[in-house]
Amino acid sequence: MTTMTKPKIALYWCASCGGCEEAVVDLGEDLLGVVEMVEIAFWPVALDFKRDDVEALDDGELAAAFINGAVRTSEQEEMARLLRRKAAAVVAFGSCAMHGGIPGLANLYESEDILDTVYRQAPSVGGSEGTLPEQECRVAQGELTLPAFSASVRTLDQVIDVDYYLPGCPPPVGLIASAVTALVEGKLPEKGAVLAPDVALCSECPRAATKPDKLLVRAFRRPHEGLIDPGLCLLAQGLVCLGPATRAGCAAACPGGNMPCTGCMGPTSNVIDHGAKALSAIASVLDADGADEIAARVAEIADPVGTFYRYSLPASLLHRRVRPAARQDKEEVAP
Amino acid sequence: MSREILIDPMTRLEGHGRIHIFLDDDGAVDRAYLQVPELRGFEKFVQGRRAEDMPQITSRICGVCPMAHHMAATKALDDLYQVEPPPAGRKIRELLYSAFMAEDHALHFFFLGGPDFIVGPDAPAQQRNILGVVDAVGLEIGKEVIGVRKQLRGLVAAVAGKAIHPVFGLPGGVSRGLSEELRQQAAAAAARAVDFSQFALGAFRQTVLGNPGYAEFVTSEAYTHRTYYMGLVDAANKVTFYDGTIRVVGPGGKELLRFAGQDYLDHVAEHVEPWSYMKFCFLKDIGWHGFADGSASGVYSVAPLARLNVADGMATPRAQDAYEEFAATLGSGPVHHTLANHWARIIEMVYAAERMAELAADPEITDPQVRTLPSAVPREGIGVVEAPRGTLFHHYRTDGGGLVTAANLIVATQNNAARIALSVDKAARALIQNGRADEGLLNQVEMSFRAYDPCFGCSTHSLPGHMALIVEVRDADGTLVQEIRRD
Repeated sequence: MTTMTKPKIALYWCASCGGCEEAVVDLGEDLLGVVEMVEIAFWPVALDFKRDDVEALDDGELAAAFINGAVRTSEQEEMARLLRRKAAAVVAFGSCAMHGGIPGLANLYESEDILDTVYRQAPSVGGSEGTLPEQECRVAQGELTLPAFSASVRTLDQVIDVDYYLPGCPPPVGLIASAVTALVEGKLPEKGAVLAPDVALCSECPRAATKPDKLLVRAFRRPHEGLIDPGLCLLAQGLVCLGPATRAGCAAACPGGNMPCTGCMGPTSNVIDHGAKALSAIASVLDADGADEIAARVAEIADPVGTFYRYSLPASLLHRRVRPAARQDKEEVAP
Repeated sequence: MSREILIDPMTRLEGHGRIHIFLDDDGAVDRAYLQVPELRGFEKFVQGRRAEDMPQITSRICGVCPMAHHMAATKALDDLYQVEPPPAGRKIRELLYSAFMAEDHALHFFFLGGPDFIVGPDAPAQQRNILGVVDAVGLEIGKEVIGVRKQLRGLVAAVAGKAIHPVFGLPGGVSRGLSEELRQQAAAAAARAVDFSQFALGAFRQTVLGNPGYAEFVTSEAYTHRTYYMGLVDAANKVTFYDGTIRVVGPGGKELLRFAGQDYLDHVAEHVEPWSYMKFCFLKDIGWHGFADGSASGVYSVAPLARLNVADGMATPRAQDAYEEFAATLGSGPVHHTLANHWARIIEMVYAAERMAELAADPEITDPQVRTLPSAVPREGIGVVEAPRGTLFHHYRTDGGGLVTAANLIVATQNNAARIALSVDKAARALIQNGRADEGLLNQVEMSFRAYDPCFGCSTHSLPGHMALIVEVRDADGTLVQEIRRD
């Protein structure tokens, strides 16, 4: 295949941990196959092409841009907009781009509180009490600048128009390979599609056969509190497993590791708010009578926000903690 | 006329790590600042989370070294709940941790730092990457790098659920036992990793030690700092990754401190500068006396070279042989040459593979008893491991119900932050003169921090290839007088 006929793609990372990039590297020999099929026009973490090279492309010249990570800085927003212009299709790659991901839990707190915790309250800070990083800092030799720290984490589609979604933290290697193949063969589904099976995780869970038809949970327990049977349905064991409310596609990797699903693949189609869906799925298996008993069962789920919205707080209907009135005027980013 | 040079390694995309160099009137370097312009605030948003979720939440600090955070968090949970894992639980943890260390070190040597040596620091930028390495050592080797890595990561995924963001760590043990079938897979992967690490050592000998200019380069003053060193050691003062006692030695090699991870706050402190989001660690016993080396400064270093410096040797035979060769070449006692980190990293790769093989051969590792259930009321827990890039501290306080009320995280690169800043400043002073810097010289400045395999904010790890680089030389009015691009 010659370079002329290969579709061009770009990979870019916003606020992410690098796990999505590692997942691409984990394609291993398959990565060499991908390189056969497509021309990687931009991948700053691995290759030397620059922003100027992207700007020099015609609008729409890239067949696809895979963008991982949530959006937090103005630089990330600019790059996302640039790639949107140059790419025929934009794929939100991974939980953070799709739903905000774990760093999106920062939306529970104000940026000034985060700075205070890290630089003033941390028990190991010593000798420089009170100092905070500053956006403009005068040193003996001149001026140094830092970008502003923003606590409002946004999903990619809160910033630009997104065509496709590849879920997971990180996306499973098989789904990445299928997405690239579909792209090369021109077999992509309708806009807005999630490039993963549209069924609940339970359907591919090796424990599925042990899930009772009418599942009722008398008491919830936390993973550290007792032994976990490696063969039985985790929910039936009283563990908060988000399998029923979460999309398949990972081969039930976490239940395979004998731990409950925490929902990184996001919801199936037509679910607006994954956390609400997960909460409702768990509520539906509660075996409790009367308000007191229900309250007791709910109390067993110690951290509902971190449990049900672990990967999706920025994408949720609430998006973030409501800012106290006194701080409203400082709100920097609207969802 | 004063001038500034800005090295922005990630170009203008996202300032994950940036070097700002100020020149004086004569065009000599006045001061080079290394800035880390990103913060995500994990310490704050983990407040309110369930303690047992910390191994999975904090692994998202870094998708390149998720196992390090996962394991430090898991050990902090042991401490929080005052439980010891049963022998098999502990051994499974260390088995996977060793597999991870071997795989991560291999990645760094062949993809990140190695190209500078194997291909050459002055080689054209487009060759100074993994492809250049493959050209130098052969395509079969390139395939073997991919193959070994795949096998090791496959094993981690099979046991821990996922290689990127594992799920198996629980207070008092692991979520599942190791079947005989998986043990055999582990033994096979370990044997291959041992062979591969021996090969890597050979490749290093041939391409680097065989190069007469190398020794002079590595031991040059531009890359040398006499600081304190920190790392975990076992009871015999051998290098260890998963668990041990923290040992600190001075620039002369004398032991300054020996303490349990739980006592870290007595000895480790962080200094805040207003121009970086990264905090700078120092030894409390010595104090913060600015960016300076020597025994009067509390600046210390972690990571492979530091670990070898604090240890009296390696606990496995082939690694010990390699250590002795290292000591015979660079001298016993602390080696202060930053670039020797690359050699130290391969020696550690040998140890990680051999340790993995030992554990995979241990019949006790398949014992189904892998968890001790906690019963204590949680309050506070501290977990420490040696991450690939150095000592990693996780510290949580919780309420009685095990919800996190405070967390303190000192990531590996932070321990090195002050010394990295020193290295960059010193290399810049030595290499940039008369206000002019060519691309090869700038790479050599960059090498001064690449040797640490830095993971800025643990979010910004650079994968295959090398970092993009733009250098701007500006006069006092901000007018661009020189631009160097490394494309």
